[in-house]
Amino acid sequence: MNHNRRTLLKGSLAAGAVGAAVSAGLLTPKAVMAAWSKDAFEAKEVDAALSGAMGSADASASDKIKLKAPDIAENGAVVPITVTSMIDGTTNMSILVAKNNTPLTSTYELGPNTKAYISTRVKMGKTSDVIAVVKAGGKLYSTKKEVKVTIGGCGG
Amino acid sequence: MAKSIKLRAKAKDGVATVKTLISHPMETGLRKDKKSGKPIPAEFIQEVVCESGGKTVLSAQWGSAISKNPFLSFKFSGAKSGDSIKVSWVDNKGNSDSIDSKIK
Repeated sequence: MNHNRRTLLKGSLAAGAVGAAVSAGLLTPKAVMAAWSKDAFEAKEVDAALSGAMGSADASASDKIKLKAPDIAENGAVVPITVTSMIDGTTNMSILVAKNNTPLTSTYELGPNTKAYISTRVKMGKTSDVIAVVKAGGKLYSTKKEVKVTIGGCGG
Repeated sequence: MAKSIKLRAKAKDGVATVKTLISHPMETGLRKDKKSGKPIPAEFIQEVVCESGGKTVLSAQWGSAISKNPFLSFKFSGAKSGDSIKVSWVDNKGNSDSIDSKIK
């Protein structure tokens, strides 16, 4: 028997099967929610998360960002964080928890009349720096504060 | 149908302060069901948008590290009592909700 012919037929059958799977919807393409920064939210390092969320990881420390967070979080599942930026022209703000598996918690794009003020509540897995990064005039500025966590908030 | 969003927006001296509380599990996907030991699938809001007077005031992207029943507060100027305000969200499962209200 001609082995090459057998191999060729086998190969094309396999290719056909993949094609069938795609059209059946079993292998669906990515990017359903293209707007959501998947890479940024799944990044395990602060720099990668920041690059994904704000376009760069190069932030200068600034004392013009006020980060309000408890010194000790009684419940790591609900840690209140308020970020206020006094830097003119702040257009974006992000909140990261350095020691969470995936540090980026959220990122905000401000409308032209929106104040650089965000208050929300985040989960912290353990004691960690909370980092607030803002984009103003295309540049990044940051500040951080350590928040001690007694009971971790990620359910792990 | 019960809305998942509670919204309070007040204007003072031209600045509106908005506080919103959304009912949502914000499940990380890391927790396991205590009985079966099976992981509880991730279910969390990914986008929140606030509009007022037809313009987008805030566009937020969230990850699963935002707390359950998420709270969000923000402020914007050029606002006055009676202006329209709308908050909407979409989660990773494609569920969504929105609320239309007025600034007080």
